[in-house]
Amino acid sequence: MVDFHGFADQLLLGALTTLRLALGALVVGLGLGLIGAVAKLAASPLPRWIADIYTTVVRGLPELLVVLIVYFGASGLLTAVAGSLGHEGFVEVGPYAAGVAALGLTFGAYATEVFRGAILAVPQGQREAAQSLGMGRWLTFRRVVLPQVWRIALPGLGNLFLVLLKDTSLVSVIGLEELMRKSAIAVGFTKEPFTFYLAAAFLYLAMTIVTTAILRRAERAAARGMREAPA
Amino acid sequence: MNLEVILANMPKLLGGAVLTVELVILALAIGMVLALPAALMRVSRRTWLAWPAHAYIFFFRGTPLLVQIFLVYYGLSQFGWLRDSALWTILREPYWCAIIAFSLNTGAYTAEILRGGIQAVPVGEVEAARALGMSTALVYRHVVLPRAFRIALPAYGNEVILMLKGSALASTITLLDLTGMARTIIARTYMPVEIFFAAGVIYMAMTYVIVRAFAIAERRLNRHIGNLRA
Repeated sequence: MVDFHGFADQLLLGALTTLRLALGALVVGLGLGLIGAVAKLAASPLPRWIADIYTTVVRGLPELLVVLIVYFGASGLLTAVAGSLGHEGFVEVGPYAAGVAALGLTFGAYATEVFRGAILAVPQGQREAAQSLGMGRWLTFRRVVLPQVWRIALPGLGNLFLVLLKDTSLVSVIGLEELMRKSAIAVGFTKEPFTFYLAAAFLYLAMTIVTTAILRRAERAAARGMREAPA
Repeated sequence: MNLEVILANMPKLLGGAVLTVELVILALAIGMVLALPAALMRVSRRTWLAWPAHAYIFFFRGTPLLVQIFLVYYGLSQFGWLRDSALWTILREPYWCAIIAFSLNTGAYTAEILRGGIQAVPVGEVEAARALGMSTALVYRHVVLPRAFRIALPAYGNEVILMLKGSALASTITLLDLTGMARTIIARTYMPVEIFFAAGVIYMAMTYVIVRAFAIAERRLNRHIGNLRA
């Protein structure tokens, strides 16, 4: 049908790296998001302040800029630290690590807002009931709040993951051999940019479709037993 | 933190910011011109209208902006007949390729936002308009679209900010927008932290201006609803 000049398997490998990158950033981002949300809802002002700065700054910068800053900044920082410890020369942070860190930071900033909304959406009465049963704050959070937060936050987090999948293409700029970079390499050999970038586009669409299907099933599973609002 | 480097290069960075603003405004304008018909087609009950709009929106929302830019800038050069045509003088310029890709992208997102707005217009208002004998065109012009735009305004504000952040990708096809200028300066001065910090501050300032502008617009357009304090 379409002649990929033998680069088809390279594109699929690139798609695999894209998925690995997205899942890595997802783990980092979910952790940062949960911590950030708890910090934003904290009683004392210091965690609130730090979390506010984090979300405002990271959400206000282009994702490409965050990737570049993390990549160059981390390398510079590690080189300086290693230099003070006696190591000579340039310490390089790999593009995969930089990509996971940068995309995780970005995901975490938006996820903080999603988690915060979800935590606030759990009815206060349930916390009061748990307290009247003698459950401590941490136990309440673990057993009563958090399981419901998952159900409420899932659609928002799902949207953020779809955006994350597409943002992985930015990491090609710092040389990671994910789908975009593999396509660019193939284009360099075959001089057929439209063919390969369109193929990459369809692979991204395929990943989007599969992710959307998985998310729909997960949302239905998480909402098991809940009555749906009358339409 | 070397402040001299930042101050010395600030004029160049601001020049890049001007190109960024240019790209964003032009892309948003063309995108809106694309989005309105696309949204109307998308909500239409005639499948032959709805399906192409749905396909357009699905493709441009489901693929990364970087792929779309590369498809226009690099991809179109694959077609010999295109290279030989009169359009090539425009299509080989990175500036116009960026505008085309950004417009198509923001057009798709804005179409979905407008669709959400159109579908959120209270049904009673449309029924009342029909009961008065208004034709579909009149209903849209006088009842649906004004309401839909007002409902969609916050979401559209988000989209404007996303377009601002997406404009940074113009630097990947050699355009010297704010990000591109920052990378060029860093290539010469080897001081990434200071220059990226300065560029970041400028982006955040632009974001702040947009957020304030939309807050003012929302307040003015909804003044007739009065003070809704929850």
